[in-house]
Amino acid sequence: MASITQKEVEHVAQLARLDLTEAEKPVFAEQLNHILAYVDQLQGVSTEGVPPTASVVHEEPVLREDTPRECLSVEKALANAPLSHNGFFVVPNILGK
Amino acid sequence: MSLFKLTLKELQGKFTAGEVSAMDIARSYLLRLSQVESKIKAYITLTPKDTLLQQAKAIDDGLKAWRKTQPLMAMPLGIKDNICTEGIRTTCGSRMLETFVPPYDASVMGGLRPHQPLILGKTNLDEFAMGSSTEHSAFGPSRNPWNQKYIPGGSSGGSAAAVAADECVAALGSDTGGSIRQPAACCGVVGLKPTYGRVSRYGLIAFASSLDQIGPITKTVTDAAILLNAIAGFDPMDSTSANRDVPDFTKSVKKKDVKKLIIGVPREYFAEGLDAEVSEKVQDAILVLQELGGTIREVTLPFTEQAIATYYLVATAEASSNLARYDGVKFGFRSKESGELAEMYRSTRSQGFGPEVKRRIMLGTYALSAGYYDAYYGKAQAVRTLIQREFEAVFQEVDLLVSPVMPTPAFQLGERLDDPLQMYLSDIYTIPASLAGLPAISVPCGLSKLGLPIGLQLMGRPFEEAMVLRAAYAYEQATNWRVKRPVIRS
Repeated sequence: MASITQKEVEHVAQLARLDLTEAEKPVFAEQLNHILAYVDQLQGVSTEGVPPTASVVHEEPVLREDTPRECLSVEKALANAPLSHNGFFVVPNILGK
Repeated sequence: MSLFKLTLKELQGKFTAGEVSAMDIARSYLLRLSQVESKIKAYITLTPKDTLLQQAKAIDDGLKAWRKTQPLMAMPLGIKDNICTEGIRTTCGSRMLETFVPPYDASVMGGLRPHQPLILGKTNLDEFAMGSSTEHSAFGPSRNPWNQKYIPGGSSGGSAAAVAADECVAALGSDTGGSIRQPAACCGVVGLKPTYGRVSRYGLIAFASSLDQIGPITKTVTDAAILLNAIAGFDPMDSTSANRDVPDFTKSVKKKDVKKLIIGVPREYFAEGLDAEVSEKVQDAILVLQELGGTIREVTLPFTEQAIATYYLVATAEASSNLARYDGVKFGFRSKESGELAEMYRSTRSQGFGPEVKRRIMLGTYALSAGYYDAYYGKAQAVRTLIQREFEAVFQEVDLLVSPVMPTPAFQLGERLDDPLQMYLSDIYTIPASLAGLPAISVPCGLSKLGLPIGLQLMGRPFEEAMVLRAAYAYEQATNWRVKRPVIRS
């Protein structure tokens, strides 16, 4: 079933917000095909009526009181930002110029 | 005797008895680091000498006042560099976080700090813990202390190499598909992956959230129990942390037998692909467990064959989602050549991530994308259920499972770098316990003809770390692999 074309690799890269170089595209296509051919063995396993496992947590989820508590200061939260101004994160134009 | 050669338990004994000071310990380890770190490259960031000596002095000065010690007080530890440490750079082995200084501590650090350990530094790992060799670290690979041409394993390779090379007395690692157990096996030390939920993940930089778990890498099984005591327990900051009582794990490392325990040997873990030398050493270890009073029973886990495929879909899907946060806005690297916002995201991520991380993000994104979700991600989640059920059924019959950790001893640096799938296949024996969330330990069980360590894996039922530790301890005490140490040539 699996066969990922270079065009699909480009599409997936866009979904993942990655720019691949012309040299990377065929390498990724080949490696992903290799891996997908391997994982295709799962198609042979019958899973009819088998529920999916998203987490193996063996506990019931617990809720806590929604009470305010101390959180990071603005200074600390911004300390690692590549660019900030007056207590805000600075980002480039969203729509271009 | 050099202090750095001691185990955690031994060093703790000397410190508690007042035979050595925190300053003696700090000086001994600083000397050791100056001798071997340039060869092993176990650390990404080392604590500055003056800071460490100041901390040691503060411990000694404080002791005079209270005369009371904590189990890990003054113990020199290495912390894997994907565990957030307040005020100490945490890179995750990535250019993306090269300058990231966490504004808060991971909960495990919050557990350690009241003990006043000496944190020697942050250990190397494959970028975002994705790899089996540390070769995917943006800061270069660590070396196997037994032979520096070989990988130390991964992704917690820096932690395992540091413990094996006496560059810390014990370390924390993290395990998603084998990242504690496999490097422990490669470096001839002990590595324990606790049950999923046993140790808080809060502040562990996320790779695959349904699989990630922090655990100890140590010189002995007893040391693993001591370190696990300090980090285990419920944490309201982690919604997947288990609200259960935590036993004193050091109580499980007392009995030197495995009487009344039924130990299962899963046939699929000894099938084609297992190196003959590894097979022989693990079979020898099984005989030892039998001599120690264990009942050995062959069992079968047919879905083992599907575990790697399941894992590489589940883990990459989760990773592609977790790593979406690296966008050059809130923290970490931002590309200089940024145009409008979407371009900035793409150039930041393309320059900040290394090839293995990109490959896994791509695979995970594909597995989650419209039209493929059911066939890949959904299918893998269903097979994961089957794998979990299979373990549950087998653990009705047996108390523990025994197997190799890795199909071969450590491979050479560079050997598998161009073949990602081959690299993934080396995780075959560690991945199933990860998918099922089970506790599992790697304990040394011999050396190959080339002098490289081989590891024995023991897996247990959920939250039965105590039983896993008990059997590992009995085995360790019955053999003398611990006595053999690597010689690091200058």
